[in-house]
Amino acid sequence: MYGGGYIFDEPNKKQLREEQQHDEPEKLAAFEERIAKGEKIEPGDWMPVEYRRQLIRLIEQHAHSEIIGALPEGTWITRAPGFKRKLALIAKVQDEIGHGQLLYNAAETLGKSREAMINDLLSGKSKYSNVFNYPAETWADVAVIGFLIDAAAIVNQVANAKGSYGPYCRALERICYEESFHLKQGHDAFIELATGTPAQKAMLQDALNRWWQPIMHFFGPPDKASSHSEKLMQWKVKMASNDDMRNQFLDSYVPKIWELGMTLPDPALKKNAETGKWEYTDPDWEEFFRVINGGGPCNAERLQVRKWAEEQGRWVRKALMKPTEKRALPVA
Amino acid sequence: MSNDSLDPRVNRLKLGEAGEVVKVEEGENWNIYEVFHQEKRGAHHEHVGCVHAPDPQLALVFAKEQFARRKKCVNLWVVKSADILAFDVEDEDMFANNLEKTYRDASGFKVMEKINKFKQSK
Repeated sequence: MYGGGYIFDEPNKKQLREEQQHDEPEKLAAFEERIAKGEKIEPGDWMPVEYRRQLIRLIEQHAHSEIIGALPEGTWITRAPGFKRKLALIAKVQDEIGHGQLLYNAAETLGKSREAMINDLLSGKSKYSNVFNYPAETWADVAVIGFLIDAAAIVNQVANAKGSYGPYCRALERICYEESFHLKQGHDAFIELATGTPAQKAMLQDALNRWWQPIMHFFGPPDKASSHSEKLMQWKVKMASNDDMRNQFLDSYVPKIWELGMTLPDPALKKNAETGKWEYTDPDWEEFFRVINGGGPCNAERLQVRKWAEEQGRWVRKALMKPTEKRALPVA
Repeated sequence: MSNDSLDPRVNRLKLGEAGEVVKVEEGENWNIYEVFHQEKRGAHHEHVGCVHAPDPQLALVFAKEQFARRKKCVNLWVVKSADILAFDVEDEDMFANNLEKTYRDASGFKVMEKINKFKQSK
């Protein structure tokens, strides 16, 4: 559910550009023709080096985001208000972990093992969606995450589900189906607070104020600042521009926030009646890059919890390992 | 560095230093099994994805949790990904249909034409 629009790029583009030149022109032409016709690419197909690299990067970071995204919500299970909310949150958190596994499998079909992906997450080499570097301070934060972060993720994932890589599309189809439940239960919890006591409304307003900037960051830097997305669009790895997805999100969800009498901390936020586009104050993009590079309030905590889990579970995994068994990557 | 989380549950874990290296060994996430899902009695088992598991029995347990926790399911199959044999996708053209194979098709046999011709000749 948590695939953000922004995909962190590793700083080694130069080397890959050289590898890229080894792609045979005829095969590349056939590959691009197939995508232009709307056909899907499957794991055994010939594909450009750069296409494979970008897809691994995209799907792997999406998978990490699912797993890390379950952490701020997971710790609220014991403190969820009431039995129904607790059951729903347990189901949602289980779904997120399941999504992580579906996505790791899709990425594995491209040749990178799940162990290698987990190692890159733990070492900080591979990133996850920036929103999870912020804390979930109150129950209202859980409502805002379940409603608005899931909604933002759905905008991104519905677009990506029409992409060119078969295994990723199939995983996203299943993920989007479960996301619709996440969004609905989040919206329900959000409405309950928005229409509740003055203390509940104040708690929700406080959470909205704190989460608005991370939500505006979610789809990534403005199009004018993004590089190299033209090829990714042509290859149907990236299906919509950051600004278009952000606009689509604002169009669908700002009215749903305002209709409940809640406000958003941006006086410039309004829909331009002529262009049909939303206008807003540019969020602080320096803050976005500072947090992505480890400077956020929860970066260290998130990775520490993941490391703790790997260390605590290791004896079980090792006891069941069969190192001599024949192994292969997923076939589809 | 102590971990000062806002989350009391995280604080209780007494987490280690952020810089410590934790590395997962290749193979530690076990083997990969393809999962086939049967939605109802009488239907085919359909491929739905895969799970990591140390053996077929646990693969079934994980597959149930991953692929049968909501919608209808009456049965699951699992098989090691390494045991799947498939054609090379680059040989896809061998499945191209030969238009001259109408002798394999119901449409290749025009019985009514012959019956009508026979009836008219009487």
